Amino acid sequence: MKIAVCIKRVPDSETRVKIAADGKSLDEAGVKFILNPYDEFAVEEGLRLKEKAGTGEVVVIALGPPAAQETIRTALAMGVDRGVLLQTPGLHPDGLETAKALAGELKDAAFDLVLFGKMAIDDYNHQVGPMVAELLDLPCVTTVAHLEIAGGKGTAEREIEGGVEVVEFPLPAVLTTDKGLNEPRYPALKGIMAAKKKPLDIKPTAPGPGALEILSLTLPPERQAGKIVGEGSAAVTELVRLLREEAKVL
Amino acid sequence: MSHVLAVLEQRDGAIRKVSHEVVTGARRLADALAGGAGVEALVLAAGPVRGADQLGGFGADKVITLTNAAFGLYAPEGYARAIADRVKAGGYGAVVFAASATGKDLAPRVAARLGRPLVQDVTDVSVQSGAVIAIRPVYAGKALLRVRVAGHPAVLSLRPNVFTPVQRPKAGSQETAAVDASRGRVVVTRIKAAPAGSLDVAEAPIIVSGGRGLKEPANFRVLEELAAAFGGRAAVGASRAVVDAGWRPHADQVGQTGKTVSPTLYVAVGISGAIQHLAGMRTSKVIVAINKDKDAPIFKVADYGIVGDLFEVVPKLTEEIRKLHG
Ligand SMILES: Cc1cc2nc3c(=O)[nH]c(=O)nc-3n(C[C@H](O)[C@H](O)[C@H](O)COP(=O)(O)OP(=O)(O)OC[C@H]3O[C@@H](n4cnc5c(N)ncnc54)[C@H](O)[C@@H]3O)c2cc1C
Ligand SMILES: Nc1ncnc2c1ncn2[C@@H]1O[C@H](COP(=O)(O)O)[C@@H](O)[C@H]1O
Repeated sequence: MKIAVCIKRVPDSETRVKIAADGKSLDEAGVKFILNPYDEFAVEEGLRLKEKAGTGEVVVIALGPPAAQETIRTALAMGVDRGVLLQTPGLHPDGLETAKALAGELKDAAFDLVLFGKMAIDDYNHQVGPMVAELLDLPCVTTVAHLEIAGGKGTAEREIEGGVEVVEFPLPAVLTTDKGLNEPRYPALKGIMAAKKKPLDIKPTAPGPGALEILSLTLPPERQAGKIVGEGSAAVTELVRLLREEAKVL
Repeated sequence: MSHVLAVLEQRDGAIRKVSHEVVTGARRLADALAGGAGVEALVLAAGPVRGADQLGGFGADKVITLTNAAFGLYAPEGYARAIADRVKAGGYGAVVFAASATGKDLAPRVAARLGRPLVQDVTDVSVQSGAVIAIRPVYAGKALLRVRVAGHPAVLSLRPNVFTPVQRPKAGSQETAAVDASRGRVVVTRIKAAPAGSLDVAEAPIIVSGGRGLKEPANFRVLEELAAAFGGRAAVGASRAVVDAGWRPHADQVGQTGKTVSPTLYVAVGISGAIQHLAGMRTSKVIVAINKDKDAPIFKVADYGIVGDLFEVVPKLTEEIRKLHG
């Protein structure tokens, strides 16, 4: 099994968002960066599939600033064989441009599977995986929460509103992973030491400008604390009246 | 004149309700685009689709049903090709999807085929000097990103429950055409359905969510009864604490690592209101909190709160709601 996993460096989910002076981006001062949590599921699945096959390679590819090397080292410490950094000065909100750069790196290598997270927890774009699949003309299943692969074919399950879709696809394929697929391993000390010696290729990359222009990044309006209608079940009648007459939602 | 294409969804041969919102959003865009643009609503199916004739009521000028035997269930490759081909031929100003499970899968495929950027999960749209401007939450809803899409078509998906369907009757026309499509490499073989009548939290207009305050899984019956009192319009959600404890399925989790929801009414019961929970529901129109701790952080975002024991308050609330609908 030859597997590629695309991974992104993102701000930790606990980050308190502060807007930078340009009014268009996150103030990164003091922000801790991590491997995108959904990409951890993808890395873990890649490792498990390779282990099950008994042979093969798992490669991670990240597009991002020089600091994304640390993100790649995290994946290497989990057990990934090697990493590629498509090094850019920064990241762009246009998922299509990211997808084009990743597809360019992936197109000549014959991977059995290319794995992505279902979304990055910073931009919530939810698109790079299926876009890469289209650009490479590969079959693709997104938000996979259950996966079986055998004999060059796969069956995946993905959650939809009010149910679960069962999807069949041939390999090679692109998959994006959802929570529930597996429990990602923690890098062991041995893995962390080994990661330092694993190959990490750095390739300067210049994604296109794209057709999306950021106008602003703002904090959402604060919700005003409302009123305490009252205490205990005695307050219910008044609550229902307010919901009908004031909020007009009933 | 560049029309707006609204891509709709059907399940079991009936238009899904989220599609009314997509037509509503598309109508808003069309009215804002210069030159009196029209809304074309597109639905892919295996045959005639129930409810397609009602879309004129939400502002669709024309409803087009493209049929193929392979289009009964979602067929990612066939759908993407049929939609992209139509868009390429039509010179549209915008293409609008629902940011549903299907829409979020389909929109990137179509956008990539068109070589156009995609703005997913949009909560507001406008037009300035002919260009589409969209707002979408980022960083788990902790910030709002405003972007301008250069060129046409703008490809967008709209977050469910944000574009409240507006009745805007138009004398819409109907058209059905069979299209060629191969089965595709990726095949949805079946849908394992959730229990009948259960509504997904991502799309429910009313959510009644429970947390650790419920004490044990069996007590969620109290919330299910309240949800049922709303007459099929409410779903039961959950905090991560109770999902992690195995009391409720992950599909029901609201929050940063669960679903982001924007219902008309969100009732948080026995939920403290941790920042990660708020990330998933703070854009709800109206929030009600029921908690026995008057200092619980949930009261800081709630429009209305009742301080009290949920086992006493919720049954009374269920009774009152039943009376309204009775
Ligand atoms: C990385 C990360 C991601 C996370 N993602 C999510 C997420 O997606 N969604 C999420 O919900 N959480 C998430 N969490 C967890 C979050 O921090 C909280 O731990 C969790 O939301 C708490 O759940 P709770 O409100 O049900 O429980 P608690 O915090 O224990 O609150 C229970 C509440 O019930 C009240 N109560 C008790 N008994 C009664 C009664 N009889 N009547 C009325 N009220 C009563 C109590 O006063 C209390 O306020 C995440 C945490 C981390 C670190
Ligand atoms: N800059 C990037 N470098 C590598 N992979 C990426 C990058 N951005 C996004 N991805 C991948 O695409 C997935 C979806 O991201 P997004 O479409 O941005 O939400 C992520 O989970 C990653 O697997």
